[in-house]
Amino acid sequence: MRRAAALAVLVLTAGLLTLAAPVLAAPPRQTTVHDIEDEVMCPICGTLLELADSPQAKREKVYVAKLVVAGKTKTEVKDALVAQYGPSVLALPKASGFDLSAYLVPIVALAIAAVALAFSVARWRRDGGGSSSGEDAPPAPRGEDAERLETDLGRYDL
Amino acid sequence: MSARSFLAFFAVLAVVGLLAYGLLSKGATKIAIGDPVPDRVLPALPGPGHGSLAEHRGEWVLVNLWASWCIPCREEAPVLERFYRRMHADNMTVVGINVQDNGDDAIAFLREHPSTYPQLRSIGNERSAAFGSIGVPENFLVNPRGRLALIWRAPVDDTILRERVDPLIEGSR
Repeated sequence: MRRAAALAVLVLTAGLLTLAAPVLAAPPRQTTVHDIEDEVMCPICGTLLELADSPQAKREKVYVAKLVVAGKTKTEVKDALVAQYGPSVLALPKASGFDLSAYLVPIVALAIAAVALAFSVARWRRDGGGSSSGEDAPPAPRGEDAERLETDLGRYDL
Repeated sequence: MSARSFLAFFAVLAVVGLLAYGLLSKGATKIAIGDPVPDRVLPALPGPGHGSLAEHRGEWVLVNLWASWCIPCREEAPVLERFYRRMHADNMTVVGINVQDNGDDAIAFLREHPSTYPQLRSIGNERSAAFGSIGVPENFLVNPRGRLALIWRAPVDDTILRERVDPLIEGSR
C-alpha cells in the first residue's frame, strides 16, 4: 500500500515537472497592455487599472503602453510601475498592518484545519478505523428475544 | 463550557476582533491646525538632489500637493508662481510636492508650467497619506516654527491667497 502511494507521488511529481519544464525553460515573454491592466491598480481610484477611467488611470495606461511597446516583460513593467507609483500599484495586499491578515488568515486557517484533521484521524483510528472489530457490535439478544430469534431462524431451515 | 463551544467562541471573537481592527486601522491620517507639518526628505523634481520642508524652518511655507494629471493643478500653477514671486522677499516660500504621479509626466508638467520655487516628488501616495489628503491639489500653510497654520483642501487662486494666506503671514509680524 505504502509502495503504491510512493509510486503514485513519484509519477505525479515527474508529470508536473514534465509539464512545467517548457514554462520554466522559456525566456520571459513580452507582455501586453491587457495582460498588465488586470493585475495592477489605479492607486487613486482604488480599483483595478482595467476598470478605471480617471485622468490618473489614463496616464498610467499610457505609461504601461509605452513600456509594452519598448518590449518590457510583465515583471519589468510591474517593477517600473512600483518605482513610479509605489507598492500600492500592485493588486496585492500590503504585508503590514491590517492587510497582513490577507496572508495570515489562510495560513492560520490551513493550520487549524490540519490540526483538526489530524485529531479526527487519530480519533477515528483509536475508535477502530471503521473496521468491525466487534467492540461496536450490537449486544447479542437475550431472554425472550434470543428465543424468538432461534424460532424465526428455525422456521427458515437454514 | 465544552472544548467545542470554547473553540467556536474563540473563532467568533477572532473574526470580530479582526474586523474591528480593520475598521480602526483604515482611518485616514488626521492633521489639524497647530500640528507639526508632516515632513521627510524627498527627491527634488526634476532632480538631482533631495529636499525637505525642514530646510525652510524659520520661513512661512505654502506646501502645494499636485499631480500632472490633475486639471485644477494646471490652473493653480501660475497662481502659485505669482504668489511666490510676490512674497519670496518677505520670508515666504512655496514648496510643491508632486504626488501619485509618473515622474516623466511631472517633469513635462513643470516644463509646461515653469516654477521657480522648490519642487519635490513623493513616490505613490506616501506623502498624500501623511497629509491626510483626499485629492489634489491641496495646500497647507506652515508657520516659521514648522506648524500648520492653514489647511486648504482645494485649489487656491489669487483671492484665496490674498484673503486667507496673506493675513496669517502679515498678522505674525
